[in-house]
Amino acid sequence: MTWFTGHVDEVFGLARTHLVLSMVPLLFGLLIALPLGWMARRVPRLYGPLIAGSGLLYTIPSLALFILMPLVLGTQILDPINVIVAMTIYTIALMVRTVADGLAAVPDHVTQAATSMGIGRWRRFFTVELPLAVPVIAAGLRVAAVSNVSIVSVAAIIGVAQLGSLFTDGFNRAFVDPIVVGVIACLVLAVAVDAAILLVVRLLTPWQRGGAAA
Amino acid sequence: MIVLEDVQKRFPDGTVAVGGLSLTAPDGRITVLVGPSGCGKTTSLRMINRMIEPTGGSITVNGQDVAAMNPNELRRGMGYVIQHAGLFPHRSVIDNVATVPVLLGTKKSVARRQAMELLERVGLEPALAQRYPNQLSGGQQQRVGVARALAADPPVMLMDEPFSAVDPVVREQLQDEFLRLQSELGKTIVFVTHDIDEAIKLGDQVAVLRVGGTLAQVASPADLLADPVDDFVADFLGKDRGYRGLGFQATPQLPLREEVTVPIGSSKEQALRLAAGQRWILALDDQRRPLGWVEPEHLRDEVVPTMLHRGGTVASTEGSLRNALDAALSSPSRRGVIVDAAGRFVGTVVAAEVLSAVEVARADS
Amino acid sequence: MNLVWTWLSEPSHYLGSDGILARSWQHLGYMVLTLLIAATVAIPLGLWIGHTGRGRIVVVNAVNGMRSLPTLGLLFIAVLLMGPRIPGDLAFLAPSIFVLVVLAVPPILAGTYSGVDEVDPAARDAARGMGMTSWQVLFGVELPGALPLIFSGLRSAALQVVATATIAATVSIGGLGRFLIDGLAVRDYGQMAGGALLVGVLALLLDGAFSLVQRLSVSPGLSAPEASSRNNQDSTATITT
Repeated sequence: MTWFTGHVDEVFGLARTHLVLSMVPLLFGLLIALPLGWMARRVPRLYGPLIAGSGLLYTIPSLALFILMPLVLGTQILDPINVIVAMTIYTIALMVRTVADGLAAVPDHVTQAATSMGIGRWRRFFTVELPLAVPVIAAGLRVAAVSNVSIVSVAAIIGVAQLGSLFTDGFNRAFVDPIVVGVIACLVLAVAVDAAILLVVRLLTPWQRGGAAA
Repeated sequence: MIVLEDVQKRFPDGTVAVGGLSLTAPDGRITVLVGPSGCGKTTSLRMINRMIEPTGGSITVNGQDVAAMNPNELRRGMGYVIQHAGLFPHRSVIDNVATVPVLLGTKKSVARRQAMELLERVGLEPALAQRYPNQLSGGQQQRVGVARALAADPPVMLMDEPFSAVDPVVREQLQDEFLRLQSELGKTIVFVTHDIDEAIKLGDQVAVLRVGGTLAQVASPADLLADPVDDFVADFLGKDRGYRGLGFQATPQLPLREEVTVPIGSSKEQALRLAAGQRWILALDDQRRPLGWVEPEHLRDEVVPTMLHRGGTVASTEGSLRNALDAALSSPSRRGVIVDAAGRFVGTVVAAEVLSAVEVARADS
Repeated sequence: MNLVWTWLSEPSHYLGSDGILARSWQHLGYMVLTLLIAATVAIPLGLWIGHTGRGRIVVVNAVNGMRSLPTLGLLFIAVLLMGPRIPGDLAFLAPSIFVLVVLAVPPILAGTYSGVDEVDPAARDAARGMGMTSWQVLFGVELPGALPLIFSGLRSAALQVVATATIAATVSIGGLGRFLIDGLAVRDYGQMAGGALLVGVLALLLDGAFSLVQRLSVSPGLSAPEASSRNNQDSTATITT
């Protein structure tokens, strides 16, 4: 691993971009998926189309989606915006269903109790349903986060620099070391992001702690 | 005959589920195992078909030690019904029922034909045969479960809380049909339940188990109610034991009274004339079956079903003293309606007379 | 948009050994080959894990861990390490297929064992209680019950393979990915985007085909509305790259 010691700064720089390219879309995607998932749950007629539609988005291979983005956005092929939007689409695709499932998992008797106490629909959503859906939503978010970290590396093929660039560089020079470092860096990043989400969830759901009874 | 001798089950973690149970389930009878949760009743049942292997003692079925038999062959020779039916969701109702005969080598077409007959026998319409289990109600699924267990006509049936997962009304129906079926088939049945009322209703003999899997008492339901062996059994049996015990005492020759009756559809004038001052008279249908008590004074024009008092129960001359007493107590006229085996009205009886019959029966025994 | 349309509407692009039709077949061929190998490994293993309950924790963690592996890096490492030891054209193809199989196994495995897990414990208990042998329980009750989730596993695997096979064009294998990579190399956006569109359409068609086959081959008794599809997402959906 002499290669790594000589390129620490470079690797950290790429990791930072990698993090931005995978986490900004995660946030955007979640923010867009929340109302969509809520709608899917709220309006039964929309459930099928919304879930099926987001599922279809997910089937589009990432390289194809990156390349098709300029057609939709009018951007240049090398523009990182392509990657951000594509990753946001994937996040939405995964999270709409998770949000709908998470809201569906809130026990009816709890929402009914809230309603019977005169808590209005919006207040109920933000103070009762959403908090109780956090565990399920977070589980989905962890999957999305980890897969985002993995998928973003593909963007190196179209020349958007991040940890994936270590793969393309290494391959072009038939040199395995940077590729291995890149893979490990990706794994470390994924684990770190996963742990961070886990921590946030723990802080958000104090009632679940010490829940060995489950 | 199934004989359990000093049967024990100690799980690897050290908990003793069954601690030396000895019990005989006689041929053609229903033996009910009942007890609180943790009393090892299900474990005991599952040791009979070796779904669980005992760690001590022996179990024989018709003199054969089950431990020496091939478990799969043993199980194919015993019907097995469980709480949630456990139907195969990917197979149609009829193929579910045909499972064991097919396992035993019966041709599929033959097995299906027999399965159709069985479905009818357990009270399911032939139209349901091609459905899948998830298209049936809980009660229907449970009937299919019973039919499936009966399919190979096994002499022995093991039933583990088969009626616990359905609502009380359906449960009652299933129990009644089960008793009717058993009166035709005469299987040797071991039946597990946590519901003492179900045990008393269904059992020819009832074995009450304690936590830790030991036998507290085994007796006929009547003897159990009349003479619980200790506080545990008495508490488990619950309240109203004396009254419930009357349910097992046949109605003796009760002094029946004549009663003023009126055919349904009679006019108010006719009813008033027949009543001759009596407040309540009994309305009958054209087969002389009782329909309900009626107050002629309050009639508007004719004796119509909506004007009948519906609260009273009807007891049969074939029924128990409990039925007769209840008929008297629930009747608005204080006179209990008694019918014959065909349901035709034969007379009425008052509570005091039933009670003196109880005393007479007690003095005789 | 015009560039893409021009490229797609040129008849000569469809024919020949490097035409769209041949490349599509090649792409499908990689997928079928990969799925066959992966299913041969994953389905028996998944059934065994589901039936016996052994090795589950190891596999669950392995399956989850696979999600975070960057496929591009994996592909390059495989080609660089395995390629020199393999003669001729196979030098690129064999390592690629190997990586595709490695990626396809986890979703099929997860689908299979969670499918067996989904089987109603009461049905399994009843099956044993009626005297079915262990094999009869496996093939008569557990496998049919697991089919819906095995299919979703195969479906995720197929999509994963189609996506990764596209990327594998960077290591000189064929398939539709060639148009994306070759177009990129010569800065022909029409070819790139046209190829991307074709890959997207192929994925959507496959997805549709899988749900159709699934509908036709799974017992109607298992496809009732409440048949739990909730687990699909968590247990079998691996990530398209």
